[in-house]
Amino acid sequence: MSKIGVVTFPGSLDDGDAARAARISGAEVVRLWHADPDLHGVDAVVLPGGFSYGDYLRCGAIARFAPVMETIADAARGGMPVMGICNGFQILCEAHLLPGALTRNQHLHFRNRDQWLRMENSSTAWTNHFTEGQEILVPVKNGEGCYVADRRTLDELEANGQIVARYIRGNPNGSTRDIAAIRNEAGNVLGIMPHPEHAVEALTGPSLDGLGFFSSVLKHLADAKAAA
Amino acid sequence: MARVVVDVMLKPEILDPQGQAVANALPRLGVNDVASVRIGRRVEIDFAGDADLERAREIADKLLANPVIEDYEIRVVEAA
Repeated sequence: MSKIGVVTFPGSLDDGDAARAARISGAEVVRLWHADPDLHGVDAVVLPGGFSYGDYLRCGAIARFAPVMETIADAARGGMPVMGICNGFQILCEAHLLPGALTRNQHLHFRNRDQWLRMENSSTAWTNHFTEGQEILVPVKNGEGCYVADRRTLDELEANGQIVARYIRGNPNGSTRDIAAIRNEAGNVLGIMPHPEHAVEALTGPSLDGLGFFSSVLKHLADAKAAA
Repeated sequence: MARVVVDVMLKPEILDPQGQAVANALPRLGVNDVASVRIGRRVEIDFAGDADLERAREIADKLLANPVIEDYEIRVVEAA
């Protein structure tokens, strides 16, 4: 069974839901601790949402230097699948594992609602379950979710198919080019501002669409094991 | 003790909604001649010994400013 690690930083909120989502999808979940650099043999890592280190300085800026992040950054550069959700996306940008940055919502309001996304790239470890153009519904909840990057970086992201999901039927935070999720060039690192881990059960979520991210990485890991 | 001050500002091309909100509030104070307001962060670093500008620059590069969206200026100030 593939092992998915879920990191807890001081101030993480959604680590429990991320672990639950991974478990429901059929993974063995390993809880990772920010101060412990050991990844305990996991095959993939989720950086959950929340307010790591109180969001002091900039969101994700201090988490980037957590002992566990140094190991995760090396593993990510070596091809390990890593998904950063919300605060996790901010941490991945601060760690330079993804380009650009996430800034204060343009209207300055915290936004918490169910949000439609259009999936634009299924060639990542975390999105192979989706078809391109598929519309999904997941919760979004952020105060600093406005993605920015310089024009050259944005054009490169578009040209390389690195924009994985866009907001549709309304942009909740003013994000440039309606960007909701991006991937690195290799496709193993995904940053997503909305919360797939909150859309995995009918009782509490607006859909079950979030499961696709977790089943994608499990398929990716199984395929990699079969090929090895 | 020696102090180094680092002023971190959003790059000019990055929208500063916080500064805009302040600018939009100014007319309510009767201030109508302000074209724009931008908000940054001032960081004071006190060294135990002499001010180490290189060290402070390293801190600023690695942690205090995100070069994707922010610029910074750095200077030694006289101890108060």
